[in-house]
Amino acid sequence: MEYIILIISAIFVNNIVLAQYLGVCPFLGVSNKVSTSIGMSGAVTFVMVLATMVTYLIYTYVLVPLGLGFMQTIAYILVIAALVQMVEIILKKISQPLYQALGIFLPLITTNCAVLGVAILVIKKDYNLAEGIVYGAATAVGFGLAMVVLAGIREQLELADVPSGMKGAPIALVTAGILALAFMGFTGLV
Amino acid sequence: MNQLQNFTKGFLKENPILVMILGTCPTLATTSSMINGLGMGIATTFVLLGSNTVISMMKNVIPDKVRIPAFIIVIATFVTIVDLVMQAYVPSLYETLGIFIPLIVVNCIVLGRAEAFASKNTVWSSVVDGAGMGLGFTAALGVLGAVREILGSGAIAGFKFIPGDGILVFILAPGAFIALGYLIAVVNKINKA
Repeated sequence: MEYIILIISAIFVNNIVLAQYLGVCPFLGVSNKVSTSIGMSGAVTFVMVLATMVTYLIYTYVLVPLGLGFMQTIAYILVIAALVQMVEIILKKISQPLYQALGIFLPLITTNCAVLGVAILVIKKDYNLAEGIVYGAATAVGFGLAMVVLAGIREQLELADVPSGMKGAPIALVTAGILALAFMGFTGLV
Repeated sequence: MNQLQNFTKGFLKENPILVMILGTCPTLATTSSMINGLGMGIATTFVLLGSNTVISMMKNVIPDKVRIPAFIIVIATFVTIVDLVMQAYVPSLYETLGIFIPLIVVNCIVLGRAEAFASKNTVWSSVVDGAGMGLGFTAALGVLGAVREILGSGAIAGFKFIPGDGILVFILAPGAFIALGYLIAVVNKINKA
């Protein structure tokens, strides 16, 4: 039950993009088409779960015993960068189709603040390892949901007559704002 | 390009938020009031100044292949300094900005300037570029924060001058997206004219 609440809260109520403002750059950058946004969400889910797990273990068993808690930021960003690189190499070797689908999105993930943000939040919220992994996965699903919905709307907007100044990022942001307004309806669900 | 142009380009012509659409996460998250926005802007400016200076000094030492990881370490070091200093001296602002202080490390503006400018230019130009970009970022955050604070609570920097409750949604997440969208549209219009 506890996990179900955690999952619903991370996907709908505290949606990572629309309520917590994390990962907005890729959210705006690759939400032009539904297909690319699905690819990106797949890559983010993969890396976010792995990164949450690895950074949690490193923080608990390496940084804390050595009294190096203040090195958190530096250690995490290095771990995530290395992890992304590793995932890319492994994926290339073992699953060519998956690499084709996720490949181009992987390097972008190093600077996706949602991944680093979730890793830091797991420590801040005092989750244990299992809760951390569930939280990471659910957050990634929430990110994917928001992005796919926005991509669907933006595909339709291509056909609309948008004033010249509003073209591109501004109209995407306003759309995202209205989407966030809709997601506020989930407040109080859990 | 002379140094004055180098400095002022960050404000309107190449403003990192409003023209290049970089660093949107901290922009949306920390502009619920003008003071918060300015605080975040100043913290980022400090990191940008530090990383631009160090990276332009070390540009001949860092091998080309590992330059991105090297840049990230330099940036992360300055972020850690800011994090600890703010925790010690401005604990209430530090509390409000929360995880967005450590997240300066993945702010695309900082890495973007390191890669696009500091790694190719002299130390002095890089300092000027860092200051200009940082202050441009701060100005954009301040303006967005002010707009949201006025619309959302009828106050500016905590000083209330419009009676009533204001439009609460502008303090919340949806208002952040919408206000930034319209601000970018206005700047688009100005830059094109």
